[in-house]
Amino acid sequence: MTGTLAHTDGAPLGSLASVRVVPGRLLSAAAADLATHLTRSGPLPYREGTGTGPLLAEVEAAGLTGRGGAAFPTWRKLLAAAGGGQRPVAIANAAESEPASAKDATLLASAPHLVLDGLQLAAEAINAREAYLYAKEGPALILARRALAERRVLGLDRVRVRVAVAPNRFVAGEETAVLNGIEGRDALPRDKVRLPVESGLHGRPTLVHNAETLAHLALIARRGARWFREVGTAREPGTFLATVNQPGSGPVVVEAPYGIPLGELLSLAGVAGPVGAVLLGGYHGGWLPAEPGLRLPVSRAALAPWDATPGAGVVLVLPPGACGLDAAARILGYLAEQSARQCGPCLSGLPRLAQLTGELATAGRLAPAGTGRPDPRLPGELTRLSGLVSGRGACHHPDGSVRMLRTALRTFDADVAAHLAGRCAAGAGQ
Amino acid sequence: MNVLHIDWTACAGHGQCAELLPELIGRDDLGYPLARDGGPTRDLAVPAGLTPHAQRAVTGCPRLALRLVEGRPTDGSAAGQGRR
Repeated sequence: MTGTLAHTDGAPLGSLASVRVVPGRLLSAAAADLATHLTRSGPLPYREGTGTGPLLAEVEAAGLTGRGGAAFPTWRKLLAAAGGGQRPVAIANAAESEPASAKDATLLASAPHLVLDGLQLAAEAINAREAYLYAKEGPALILARRALAERRVLGLDRVRVRVAVAPNRFVAGEETAVLNGIEGRDALPRDKVRLPVESGLHGRPTLVHNAETLAHLALIARRGARWFREVGTAREPGTFLATVNQPGSGPVVVEAPYGIPLGELLSLAGVAGPVGAVLLGGYHGGWLPAEPGLRLPVSRAALAPWDATPGAGVVLVLPPGACGLDAAARILGYLAEQSARQCGPCLSGLPRLAQLTGELATAGRLAPAGTGRPDPRLPGELTRLSGLVSGRGACHHPDGSVRMLRTALRTFDADVAAHLAGRCAAGAGQ
Repeated sequence: MNVLHIDWTACAGHGQCAELLPELIGRDDLGYPLARDGGPTRDLAVPAGLTPHAQRAVTGCPRLALRLVEGRPTDGSAAGQGRR
């Protein structure tokens, strides 16, 4: 089933209108209004003020993990946030600051009540009195605000939900940047001596869940752990939303079970032509060559040996003939520019890495006998500098950026050698 | 085991910690602290015998960027870091 994201009541979908959607469990539960939603998905269960008990047991049995990229067990966060002495706070994180991702905005626009159900259930379970929806200004948030208003009219929500607007910046969706943003500061990552579930918003125990995680939670609450586990792998059950990007067409949001071969995921998203390489997991993700990349199951377990993870389901397709080093250099340039500039090694290291990677990428365009050929020690220097950046910051921005570069140098190793000789192995030569 | 936590948002590479705790900390090209064992530097495991030195590094840091945390690693990745 494939269709364009359409909304019946004339809401301005703006850029989202260009997102093609292949619905699964979450997006087929889409409903434009609350009445339709409740008819389609059923009323909210677990509303007896029973604390974390029953919902937590179901979420644990389901094996739900965070869909924001880190795949942390959802039930453990719920339990930790509920355990503190102070009144906890629940936050739905739909900031989706990864530029190549469109799944959270798509979900929020098509099934806002599913996300808000999940937020409500999580908030009630941990005994929160305050909840937030954190998202960028845009068509999805307009629809989510409308959904919140509907819920207020019906008195559906026991925990009041406030909207907090996320700035358009790569690190703004990081868990502690979310806290800063909602507190009215710059949405930049915090140093983490204590975790947000222990000390988060204004020092209170704070549950920050990705919007998609909460939507899954809302379905698990209604349909149960066994249903959730009907698809996916035993260790990584359920489905995930992926955003597939290929040159020449808009992003496609597709829902698939964990363990699906990457090639099959691309087919679902309508990628028909040959593939040169894939960047899986977004700008902090890992590059994979088409072979064997397309045969690999999309799961943390299967991708770990390749220094890749499903992340938040972002996929970038590099067509054959395009230069992977050029793509990596441009992404790294963006990531360096997006540094929060709080931590020295990231602040000084990422621009330097981006510059040198740019030199390596550009070298492929030089004539073989041309002057200004790159130093053959360039790849070694990139590796050395990478080691000085990774793991040395308050957040994982440097680590993720370096992972993208490291896997690019591995995947495009033939191109590295060619570029050092002043040629580009990728057909077109840029 | 105690853990020496570096607040990278505060650190400015003064290098006091490398002088006071050379057993665990060196410096990179720009003077920022570098784990001697080559590992990441968010949280450094401090062997019991070095705790007094680590404590001096904590009090000696002009940016107050160091903290001695008892009993557990505190790497933020432990509870997810959803970003997107």
